[in-house]
Amino acid sequence: MTAVLAPPSGAGPTTPPVPRPHPAPGAAARRRRRRALGWFTLLAGPNVALLVLFVYKPLVESFYLSTMQWNLGSPVARFVGLGNYVEWFTADSTSQVLTTTAVFTLTTVGGALVLGLGLALLLNRRLPGRGLARTVAFAPYVLSGYAVGILWLFIFDPRYGLLAAVLGWFGVASPQWYTVEPWPLVMIVVVYLWKHLGYVALIYLAGLQGVPQDLRDAAALDGATPARTLRSVVLPLLAPTTFFLLVTMMLASLQSFDVIRSMTQGGPLGSTTTLMYQIYQEGFVNGRAGYASAGATILFLLLLAVTAVQLRFVERKVHYA
Amino acid sequence: MSAPALTGSVPTPTTPRGTSPAGQGAGRRRPARARVLDGAGLVTLAAATLVLGAPLLWMLLASLKRPDELYALPLQWLPDALDLANYAQAARSIPLGTLFANSVGLTVVGSGLKVTLGLCCAYALVFLDVPLRRTVFVVVIAALMIPPQITIIPNYTFVASLGWLNTYQGILVPGLASAFGTFLFRQHFLTLPRSVLEAADLDGAGHWRRLWRFVVPMSLPTIAAVTLVSVVNEWNDYLWPFLVVDDARKMTLPVGLTLLQNVEGMTSWGVLLAATTVVTLPVLVVFLVLQRRLVAGLTAGAVTG
Repeated sequence: MTAVLAPPSGAGPTTPPVPRPHPAPGAAARRRRRRALGWFTLLAGPNVALLVLFVYKPLVESFYLSTMQWNLGSPVARFVGLGNYVEWFTADSTSQVLTTTAVFTLTTVGGALVLGLGLALLLNRRLPGRGLARTVAFAPYVLSGYAVGILWLFIFDPRYGLLAAVLGWFGVASPQWYTVEPWPLVMIVVVYLWKHLGYVALIYLAGLQGVPQDLRDAAALDGATPARTLRSVVLPLLAPTTFFLLVTMMLASLQSFDVIRSMTQGGPLGSTTTLMYQIYQEGFVNGRAGYASAGATILFLLLLAVTAVQLRFVERKVHYA
Repeated sequence: MSAPALTGSVPTPTTPRGTSPAGQGAGRRRPARARVLDGAGLVTLAAATLVLGAPLLWMLLASLKRPDELYALPLQWLPDALDLANYAQAARSIPLGTLFANSVGLTVVGSGLKVTLGLCCAYALVFLDVPLRRTVFVVVIAALMIPPQITIIPNYTFVASLGWLNTYQGILVPGLASAFGTFLFRQHFLTLPRSVLEAADLDGAGHWRRLWRFVVPMSLPTIAAVTLVSVVNEWNDYLWPFLVVDDARKMTLPVGLTLLQNVEGMTSWGVLLAATTVVTLPVLVVFLVLQRRLVAGLTAGAVTG
């Protein structure tokens, strides 16, 4: 998403060439421009056409659909204006969906940042085996979220699961992870953290390697403990990295679907239904496409707000966020 | 793209400017504390590696266990023998071979087309001076802010109206457009030496030849990174193929897992984990072999920011 921020450096001049006095070179230049335009259409056209057809057009349609009472596949649709939005904001389920979304997003983002920074600090030291640790930590990030969900369901199995055995060593009985609140939500948060921890750690690691050693040495000379150096020197310098991760992880968490779908299907009793999952559920299970589109618009605005905050802050390149 | 993110290598330490006696004194004081810290760090690192790695190992082991080994209390850690019965059972319940072929085919074709579209588009954006170039660039980049999840309902309706439900093109085409790849390619192309391309121009090489003979060979690391990211994303993609396909013969592997859960039940662990291994192992192998490039691609967003 930060893509947007890169400066448009080095691009050639975009002003049209100055018209030449003589007619002949002018004609040649025109011919050259026409040919360039032809090549441009040929090379950029297909990609742009696909973006328009499958990204921009459906986005606009989604706004339009959100004002309709329309069931998926039904031939009739009725204009209801903001009716779907009014229904969403006044529905009984909405407060639960919003709470679940907030809890899931905040715990996954907060947890991943704290644990990821810890892991990065470890990986940044010249300890034996850190190459292996880095590989092991990053591996879950490249795996199918759906598959990862199934594998963790087995680990959480209250009777035959690995976790039940580990808890048993400490004389703790396994919670009913699948059925009793809040454990299903805890379960998907844990899996999400496991899947994204390595990514966060590697981004932090790159950030840490940009912290000049002189500064740490200077802090140590001044008698600062490692904890104090971390708090007063390293963390402030990592602020841009932290901010980037905060935004990226929030965007990812708000859109997550695979893990929830494979582990809990939004249940039990809607206790793991996030806004994203609700859109799928309303649109494709209950067939309420208009209502689901209103949900999609709300999610889109939420994502846009997060991105806008990022654009505002990162543009300033603040070190002390 | 930043080298540290790609390799995770330790940067060469900056030369200490103040090599004063005080600095050396501090250096002499450090080892004792540093050793304790290192010991604690090593234990923590080992524990973290174990906790993070155990689930994947456990999946692999479980997929090879017989039911009596899977449902043994207390836990049986290792299977007595390498038993592939779970894999055979998974292949009986769902057409595992077909799904595997579908996943491989869609991944190869999908990422190939995606990278090609991105390369062509980025070339046009960088090397062709036309009036609307900046507008087109903004159109491509702004698409990054519109996640596919937002557009599933209209896209589903559209694909259905084309008669593309339960078809490969239905799975493939809506996700082909490349915004992120185009952006990364563009950033890289801007760093290429103009003189080489001007020389190619003087030699009379057309744009098509310039792209494939000059620009592409000079951009292989970026192309590799983007390709690997596309491969991983295509292989793992779940929501869209799940919506578009309910015919088992057209499914991809992750969607097949849902089918298997429905056929075998949510807790037939041996069979489910065998299929889960089939889904995850190929990507895991790609990751282990091509780790640097893949990580470079996946963390590229951070570096541009």
